[in-house]
Amino acid sequence: MNGKGILKGLGVTLQRFVDTYLDDLRWWGKRYYTPEGIAHRSSKDTKGIFTVQYPEEKLPVPEEFRYKPFLLYEEGENGEKNIRCTSCGICAKACPPQCIWIVRGTDPQTGRPVPQPAGFWIDADICMSCGFCAEYCPFDAIKMDHNYEVSSYTRNLMDINDLLKPVSYYASIRPLNYAREDEARKAKEAAKAAKGQ
Amino acid sequence: MATPAPVETLDLAAKFPGAVTADARPGYSGWVVTPEKLLEVAAFLRDELGYDYLVNLCAVDYLPEDRMEVVYHVFKTTGGPGLTFKTWAPRKDPIEIPSVVSIWPGADFQEREAWDLYGVKFIGHPDLRRILMWEGFDGHPMRKDWQEAFYDEEVKPFKRRWPDGKHVYAEKRSTFGDNIKFQPGFDPEKWTPTDPEEALYQSLKKYKTETADGIETDHIIVNMGPQHPSTHGVFRAVVVLDGETVVSLKPVMGYLHRNHEKIGERNTWLQNMPYTDRLDYFNSMTNNWGYALAVEKLMGIPVAERAEYIRVIMAELSRIQNHLILIGMLLNDLGAYFTPALYAFEERELILDIFEAVSGSRMMCNYFRFGGVVRDIDDDSMRKIKDLVFDRLPRKIEEFDRLLTENEIIVSRLKGVAPLSAEDAIAYSMAGPMLRAAGVPYDIRRADPYGIYNRFDFDVAVRYNCDMYDRYLIRLDEMHQSIRILQQAVKGIPEGPVSSQKPSYITKVPPGESYGRVEGPKGELGFYIVSTGKPNPWRYHVRTPSFVNLTGLEKMCVGTKIADFVAILGAIDIVLGELDR
Repeated sequence: MNGKGILKGLGVTLQRFVDTYLDDLRWWGKRYYTPEGIAHRSSKDTKGIFTVQYPEEKLPVPEEFRYKPFLLYEEGENGEKNIRCTSCGICAKACPPQCIWIVRGTDPQTGRPVPQPAGFWIDADICMSCGFCAEYCPFDAIKMDHNYEVSSYTRNLMDINDLLKPVSYYASIRPLNYAREDEARKAKEAAKAAKGQ
Repeated sequence: MATPAPVETLDLAAKFPGAVTADARPGYSGWVVTPEKLLEVAAFLRDELGYDYLVNLCAVDYLPEDRMEVVYHVFKTTGGPGLTFKTWAPRKDPIEIPSVVSIWPGADFQEREAWDLYGVKFIGHPDLRRILMWEGFDGHPMRKDWQEAFYDEEVKPFKRRWPDGKHVYAEKRSTFGDNIKFQPGFDPEKWTPTDPEEALYQSLKKYKTETADGIETDHIIVNMGPQHPSTHGVFRAVVVLDGETVVSLKPVMGYLHRNHEKIGERNTWLQNMPYTDRLDYFNSMTNNWGYALAVEKLMGIPVAERAEYIRVIMAELSRIQNHLILIGMLLNDLGAYFTPALYAFEERELILDIFEAVSGSRMMCNYFRFGGVVRDIDDDSMRKIKDLVFDRLPRKIEEFDRLLTENEIIVSRLKGVAPLSAEDAIAYSMAGPMLRAAGVPYDIRRADPYGIYNRFDFDVAVRYNCDMYDRYLIRLDEMHQSIRILQQAVKGIPEGPVSSQKPSYITKVPPGESYGRVEGPKGELGFYIVSTGKPNPWRYHVRTPSFVNLTGLEKMCVGTKIADFVAILGAIDIVLGELDR
């Protein structure tokens, strides 16, 4: 029969239409603007409409999500920032679009290199968010941020002050990674201490 | 299980004494043919040995040896390993090499690309114009002695970045002022532009006004695009029409050209990995695999067992979401607007969520490393994959089938439209679903297996009516096969490390050449790389399915109505990121 195929297809559309309202009834007001509702809409059982009302609703980002890099510092007892970066330059060498610029720190008296950056820039407009800097940093000093809302009217050249964030922030966005690295760091320190005795 | 194809034992050097020699450079393989005998040898390969399928043609600039080389990779459509041969010419303009278009018509665009980027003149090519750059561009940008406008250094990492890396904006550091070179005698003040399209329109001038029954009939030239003729990107086609019927068609591309291959030669080996994401941005997982495969082949390193399974899982998930989008967008092209496309996006979202959780990014995955993948799949993602593979995706693909396949409008728009015979598809080097929809059961996963595909039980999807409807159906078939592979892979995945190598940003690649090919969702994706043992590739060529598949576009369109052109283009499944590179 001519038109049977079209009717069959329209049946699918109708089913989806009905599912949307049935699902709304089933959730009774909790399908939208709640974390469970958002999780449901991106699960395998979702039916009907699946859109998320950004910016009122936001999809949670997974731990491994990467956006732009930032630099980590340990908070000292008196509020000083102990930057983890030693300005070794591995991130700048690994960076595919070459958007990391580092001035190696030098001791003003002796002129010898010190393990601190004197300048650190990331040209965030050029950064391709590949994550190589975080992946190959031997000091866990540079990590990828979760904050993706960075639009601005000007170009995004980030200097060291824009880049620095405390380790506690890192622990909050990537708890599993932080725990793993912290454990490895402590084991290394313990091994070092054991060797020293 | 694929039976191992017999190794070609014929000694070409003995068959063509003086014309063919074995390529004896360390790390290289194949044959070197003199340009004078090239056509004779090529015809022999195709007609006597059955190498009917030219997949890759590219030029390599060996500046220190003062030599320009053209590399050909030919395969048999019956399966088995391929044959590589090269031809050399001194690097002194004009570099002349005979064109093989008469033997493999699929060489058409690839020879034009080599002419455009390397300045190799192919004698006997029917329409040798630039293809990615515009007519009138000065120089050939892939040559080793050509420098881009924002040239920094020959290779990365640039010394300017560390240890005295005071940031400077590129345009301040190196404006066109101190980087542009003019030809001798050229005065930019007195220059007036010539029409860069002159050569293009000239090639269409052969279609003249006809007189039939005393009535003069003009052919009309219509420019389709480049403003997104069918939401596939900035692609343009110049169409010659007789009424509504297409008489001739010339694709015009390069609007998104960024000299990906030149960037690739400046990059280190590893740095190319995230750049491959940007080729076919729907399938960065597959792109990663193609590149990793080529480099691993040259390095001779194994891939961790678990990583092999993860690679298969990611590549097949990628194929499913690609085909879903293709079907959704094809319906968009046919005028169904957005309902099927959004239904497709729903499943794709779920797959991209998995990509995001394992790799950190939805589309620019950058997930593969030489010897494995960057990190393991977490338990939550594994559960999601299982849910999709065993429960949701089969259901949803069946729903698509119900929604579209029997729809009378779709059937009448697709059935019998734009046929492309098996012979033509092979001749034009069509790849992937386009080739299989033309009745050629050629799938690299079976014909020239890579990874661990020979362990899985699946069928090569093939359809024999060679029309648009088959090109639609083959995508559904392939999704079913992908689900079969996924179900086996998810069940069989072993525990263990996900990389055979220690993580390092430095990659040591021995000198030599290698060609890695994977069955991408759009067709054969090949990477031809040449290493000199340095930290950067000497040559990095990408054979993209979108680019080569367009060679057959004119053949398919001639004789159809202009309204079908949009759908025909949509069914080829081009993506401009890899078409223009």
